[in-house]
This record gives sequence, structure tokens and C-alpha cells, in this order.
Amino acid sequence: MSIHIRIPTPLRRFTAEQDRVSVEARNVREAIDALEAAHPGIKARLCDESGALRRFVNLYYKDEDIRFLQELETELDEGAELSIVPAIAGG
Amino acid sequence: MLSRLLPASASISDAVGKTPLVRLRSVEPADAQVEIWAKLELANPGGSVKDRPALQMILDAESSGRLRPGMSLIDSTSGNTGVALSLFGAARGYHVTLVMPQNVSEARKRIVNAYGAEVIYSDPLEQSDGAIRMVREIVRCEPTRYFYTDQYSNPSNPRAHYLTTAPEIFAELGHRLTHFVAGIGTSGTVIGAGRRFKEISPAIHVVGLEPDDAFHGLEGLKHLASSIVPAIYDPGVLDETLFIDTESGWVMAERLALEEGYLVGYSAGANVEGARRLAERLKAANQTGVIATVLCDHASRYIEARAP
Repeated sequence: MSIHIRIPTPLRRFTAEQDRVSVEARNVREAIDALEAAHPGIKARLCDESGALRRFVNLYYKDEDIRFLQELETELDEGAELSIVPAIAGG
Repeated sequence: MLSRLLPASASISDAVGKTPLVRLRSVEPADAQVEIWAKLELANPGGSVKDRPALQMILDAESSGRLRPGMSLIDSTSGNTGVALSLFGAARGYHVTLVMPQNVSEARKRIVNAYGAEVIYSDPLEQSDGAIRMVREIVRCEPTRYFYTDQYSNPSNPRAHYLTTAPEIFAELGHRLTHFVAGIGTSGTVIGAGRRFKEISPAIHVVGLEPDDAFHGLEGLKHLASSIVPAIYDPGVLDETLFIDTESGWVMAERLALEEGYLVGYSAGANVEGARRLAERLKAANQTGVIATVLCDHASRYIEARAP
């Protein structure tokens, strides 16, 4: 099913400056893999070598941090929106 | 040690600065003559280093007549400057409006609300630059209502560190000081203190720190190559810039709590990690050194945001 991923400014260099990318995925793990297939290099920013989400990366689904849901196994509804939210930089 | 006794006329503004300078022995390399010292900025009344620039920006604007009774203070902030502006606004009678990315921690939203500040949220995906653009637009629409402290462009920000942070460190370490290192958020700390240190002695090595990537988790720090570069940033003050990865900064912040008892934020972790790398470099070159940095704030404002 098709879902949408909101891309923060510092990662848009991987997505040809698109702020929203649509991929086919049933859960967050598949969404990240599909994002990587379409925009190589982006997964390493989000996940460590073992494939786990980096500690400082926050993914929000329906306004909830996926760490409070089923993490990478969190299932996504058709048309759902997943947001990658960066840390707050500067002063 | 005697406590700092302030005169009866003192206000909260008089409690800013003169923070303890603490030695971080557990981070110093073994079998080397290298010392690491840090200003305990979480001891400021607002709980962070940002009390210094926030107060200086208000005092300088008052004395030049740019800030007058009845005006509102406004700025974009990731949190600590907002807390500082809120508390001085409350104490000095100014309404305060803050533009913050929506993902700023819940704790900080509640703190600024407790001081009576109004918060306007900007798009979290556009980070602090989105907040900067939003505050500029708000001020453009109502220029007479607001005094825009503009921490990224206001010379009073580095001036605070020029007038207070650097002299305080020098008063304690004197000419033994060889290095000063601090992360770049607005760049006020490293540029302002660094400028003063360079006047005291050009031999003092001044080092800026940035995250090593545009997408990072060192909250409060800015990756300049991918950001709006602050107008107060003056690279001529810096001898070099170190680039710190998020994980190293986080690990050092955790280590400072476990080994030294300082529960500090990630920018403080990055600062001490930078100091540690400089210390290791000195050791490898068989050199001695005295390195100073800053523990910017307490971790309590971030801890709820950490993974469960």
C-alpha cells in the first residue's frame, strides 16, 4: 500500500529537495527500505549498521513517536503519513 | 566556600554568571599533563548558558533606547534562550513571544509558559531556520510592537561572553589556559569568549564545534554548511573547527552523569567530547595543556525525549 514520508530539510539532499516522498510499505521497516531503494544513502542517516533506528532519530506516525508504538514493526495504514523529525539546532 | 552574597538591591539579573569552574578529571587522558575544566552554566538562574546573552541583549537594548517599556520581546529559539528571555521579561516587565519548532521538548514549553511567555510554533521539519524565517515575518508585520532580540545577529550575544564568560575563566586559570572549545549554536559563546581570549593571548587556541552532519541529534548545535549562518559568526576568531558525531556527544553526556555526577544536555556532551579529543591530541604529541569548555545546560529538559 502507498504511504507518504515527510522529509526534513537536512535530508532533502537525498530526495532531490522533495519534502514528501511516497513509497509502497506495510510497516515502518519496509518504508525505510523503500525510501533507501528510491533515494540511496538516506537509510544510513536513520539506522545504524545493525538496521536499528539511530537513538537520535525520531519517526512520528499519527503524531506518536514510533518508539511508543511497535518501533520498526509499526504497521501503517493506506495513505498514512510518517514524519522524520530532526533535533532542534541552534540557540 | 562562602556563598556569593549579593546586595539587598539585587535582582535575578545579578545572579547571572560567576558560575563554578569544575575540573573533569575522569575525562582527562591518563598519564598526561592535560587538564579539562568546564563552566557549570546550568548554575545560572534560568538553568543554562543562555542567561548571559539574553540578559546582555536586554540591557544593551534598554541603554540604547531600542527597547522601551510596553514593548514585547520576541525571538526564535530552540528553548534555552526562550527560557532566559522569559524569566528576564517577567522580572523586568516585558511581554515575551517565542517562536519554537513544534518538537521542542514538553518540559521547555511548560517552563516558558510558567514565566508567562507566549509560544508560537514553527514547522518541526524546517528546524530552527524555519523558526527564524517565521519570527522575521512576524516582526516585519508589526515592527513597533516587538523588540526582536535576534540572538543570531545581535552583537550583544557574543559581547556577553566577551564581558563575562572569558574573564571568569581567565580569572581562575590565568595564563595556564591553552585551549577554549565550545559548540556553535548561535556561535555567541565561542566567538565572544574566543575574541576576548585572543586579546588576552593570541596563543590561546580557540576551537569551534559543529555536528558532523546536517541531520544530527546534538540539540542546540548548528551544522553551518547546511544552515542559515549566524551574522555574529566570525570565523577569524577560530583556530579550527572540530566536527562531532551525534553518538559521541550523547555517550559523553551519559558518561558525565555516570562518572562525574553532571547530568547535562547533549551540547555539553559534545563540548566535553571536543575537549577530550583535544586532550588526547596533546597527549599524543607529548604536550601539556589546560583546556576550558562549557557545560551549557542540565539534561532534565531533554530526558523525557530520550527513548524509553
